[in-house]
Amino acid sequence: MAKLLMKGNEAIAEAAIRAGCRCFFGYPITPQNQIPEYMSKRMPQVGGTFLQAESEVSAINMVYGASGAGARVMTSSSGPGVSLKQEGISYLAGAQLPCVIVNIMRGGPGLGSIQPSQGDYYQATRGGGHGDYRLPVLAPSSVGEAVELTRKAFDLADKYRTPVIVLGDGMIGQMMEPVELPDDGESAREPESKPWAARGWDGSSPRAIINSLYIDPSVLEQHNLALQRKFAEIEKAETSFASERVEDADLVIAAYGTMARIARSAIRMARAEGLKVGMIRPVTLWPFPSEPFAQAARTAKAFLTVEMSAGQMVDDVRLAVAGRKPVHFYGRTGGMVPTVRDVLSRIKEAV
Amino acid sequence: MAVVFEKSRSLTDEILTYCPGCTHGIIHRLVAEAIDDLGAQSSTIGVAPVGCAVFAYNFFAVDMMQAAHGRAPAVATGIKRALPDRIVFTYQGDGDLASIGMAEIMHAAARGEKITTIFVNNAIYGMTGGQMAPTTLVGQVTTTSPYGRKEELCGKPIRMSEIIAQMDGTAYAARVSVHDPRHVMEAKKAIRRAFEAQRGGEGFAMVEVLSTCPTNWGMTPIEALKWVATDMIPYYPLGVYKDSSKGAA
Ligand SMILES: Cc1ncc(C[n+]2csc(CCOP(=O)(O)OP(=O)(O)O)c2C)c(N)n1
Ligand code: SF4
Repeated sequence: MAKLLMKGNEAIAEAAIRAGCRCFFGYPITPQNQIPEYMSKRMPQVGGTFLQAESEVSAINMVYGASGAGARVMTSSSGPGVSLKQEGISYLAGAQLPCVIVNIMRGGPGLGSIQPSQGDYYQATRGGGHGDYRLPVLAPSSVGEAVELTRKAFDLADKYRTPVIVLGDGMIGQMMEPVELPDDGESAREPESKPWAARGWDGSSPRAIINSLYIDPSVLEQHNLALQRKFAEIEKAETSFASERVEDADLVIAAYGTMARIARSAIRMARAEGLKVGMIRPVTLWPFPSEPFAQAARTAKAFLTVEMSAGQMVDDVRLAVAGRKPVHFYGRTGGMVPTVRDVLSRIKEAV
Repeated sequence: MAVVFEKSRSLTDEILTYCPGCTHGIIHRLVAEAIDDLGAQSSTIGVAPVGCAVFAYNFFAVDMMQAAHGRAPAVATGIKRALPDRIVFTYQGDGDLASIGMAEIMHAAARGEKITTIFVNNAIYGMTGGQMAPTTLVGQVTTTSPYGRKEELCGKPIRMSEIIAQMDGTAYAARVSVHDPRHVMEAKKAIRRAFEAQRGGEGFAMVEVLSTCPTNWGMTPIEALKWVATDMIPYYPLGVYKDSSKGAA
């Protein structure tokens, strides 16, 4: 396996193809354009489908159709485009259809900016559309990890029959880093058959009906309870995080994505000055890794959450710490990125 | 004894949820017969809309998907692109297709998506209780046009078959009615042709079927059938608007 220098967006697209994704439906929006562009070039080479839809609304519903027909399928977007997809995502969750949705976050609200942001944390981790549902949300902090998590997203989607979100900030999408791409065979672990898929009814098994409508409330409640059981199973089995130097830390930083890299540099400088600082980096934003935060609350004196947002993940950190220790927050919005110096000075204020 | 009549294999035994006198049921039967005639029951995937036909997945004895309001052509596109050798159809009302789903239907036609759309035009929103549709006639009273549809406020009703026939990707576009047996037979031919166009890979095919909604029109079933002939057909002329095997009509 040779190392390749790739842009995050292109690496995500190639990783999807190597995970066996053969259908992509998208719509242009910065800063994720290299994903559909790359797919438009690569899909015909591997006998797959690339289609530029007339809107994000249409793209997500094409995903619904292809997924319901049993295909490994992906779409990608950012900001306003992801908002437009929400009705469709809710249908996908309700009908239990596997797919991967990449959100390369930009500044908001509204048309906002095209600069990197982490302002869609709430939208991604709380389901985003209408109704009671959650989706696994994977947050890479390097191009290499984006490759790994894209492949994982397809596997989780098929395993649990659920849409999965890969949530990157604009920097992950745009930066170039050396990556190792898995060989096709290595990662394409698509289930051999999807008996629930609608591919034509031969009469030998019950008809496939892809649907999220349950008009009888007691039946819909049963459906919701089944979904909740699935979500509990995902929480138990799929929570993922990385912790760095937490054991002796007085201050534990919480950060994900690009923000975690900036925080890491600040921690290194703080340590050099004798300050005991560590970090917990959630890799799955949902399910949120509450456990390591609860544990750290026994030994650490305080927490500091840093985000490219006005403070969203900090809510989950506070829920996990449950008032046992103070949880501070530092963030910037609108496409402004906190610098290492900024974070370092916040660390000094907090310890 | 010779068998002279059988229920379509592509219909289930479920009891239809449509109101008495509603012509959705006749249209279901014609679609099922077309699928039977093509021998395509096992290779067909249907897409149900949001509207009174939402439960179509219970009525057609083929694999089915239920789509978000207006998005059936996008869902059908996803299916067809994933499984190009299957027959894929959408069944949509006029609110679904000509209002909220206008972008999806236009672009499916523009791409020449090889799917078949059955477009049920009853000039009203049936399921939600009789609100104005983009196809509601000028002067027609609905729950959201209590003084009659006013052209100066809402424009004129949209004639979808004429619009769809203009798209280069369209192989077949026709408007039919099911208000009497002669028209039912013509509708049957059109629907069958729309499925054949798909099988032949000719392009996008749509059949607009003028349909009744006695419940929300506030009419008896008989009055409703007459109203199709006296009020709807004059504004929505029947006919084949495009047939790629014959050139434009
Ligand atoms: C996004 C969205 N908006 C609105 C609705 C509510 N709704 C359900 S059915 C319907 C109208 C359907 O009318 P039509 O397509 O004409 O079909 P009909 O019921 O007359 O057969 C509407 C607006 C919905 N389900 N989803
Ligand atoms: S409300 Fe109208 S369209 Fe719907 S089933 Fe009843 S008669 Fe038919």
